[in-house]
Amino acid sequence: MSEKEAVVKDRRNPMKVARGLGSSQSGVGHWWTQRVTAAALVLLGIWFVVTVLCLLHADYVTARATVARPWNALLLVAFVITMFWHAVLGLQVVVEDYVHVRWKEVVLMVAIKFLAVLGTLAGVLAVLRIALTP
Amino acid sequence: MADTQRPLSPHLQIYRKQVQMMSSITHRATGIALAVGSLLVVCGLLQLAAGEGSYNAFKHVIGSPIGIILMLGWSWSLFYHLCNGIRHLLQDAGWGYEIPQFVRSSWLSVAGSIVLTVLVWAYVLMAGGAT
Repeated sequence: MSEKEAVVKDRRNPMKVARGLGSSQSGVGHWWTQRVTAAALVLLGIWFVVTVLCLLHADYVTARATVARPWNALLLVAFVITMFWHAVLGLQVVVEDYVHVRWKEVVLMVAIKFLAVLGTLAGVLAVLRIALTP
Repeated sequence: MADTQRPLSPHLQIYRKQVQMMSSITHRATGIALAVGSLLVVCGLLQLAAGEGSYNAFKHVIGSPIGIILMLGWSWSLFYHLCNGIRHLLQDAGWGYEIPQFVRSSWLSVAGSIVLTVLVWAYVLMAGGAT
């Protein structure tokens, strides 16, 4: 196939194709991050459920000691961050699909992101406080 | 009124009810429920960090009838979103795109989520209840 035929098939500027960002300027970033966080949450979610079940009748001291264990603290921080990240990406799709008034869409998305960042920071700080307090 | 006047896809009432449609809507609904539930996870961590009194109060709320109903809903939502999420990841990889496979995997997600929820709550009951 000659270069001329290729140009007819694809009218986009070669630079645009090379950047691969498409008409929305963000490429497949959202889609791919949603999948990667989903894959992480399959593992972290199962681990979290098992951990919570192990703490079913645990008293305060046992629960704190369990969360303070290095691996548990690390995985909990990873779980909290990934969970909120995935939640924001998912809620964004729902908001974009059902909220058709631009200012409402923007306000809702910013509110969701504020809440998610606060939730993430609060969760991480709580785990750190438990893990680092002797 | 919407800002943009783009054509809409046909409304839901037009479609015959099918399991794939139900599994897709439920995936979104459980996703929203889990996003709200994530605040509960953080709440639990904060109460545990705050001290023994707050932790016991949190456990008391979770163990109350309303708390148990919430946890039942939360656990099923989690397991449904997990099973159907794995199904979507496999579909993203290109598997199971024939219509009969779509129908079967939809039902598999539903069945899997119910089985996992029952297993977890059977364990909770055997371990002496949720309170």
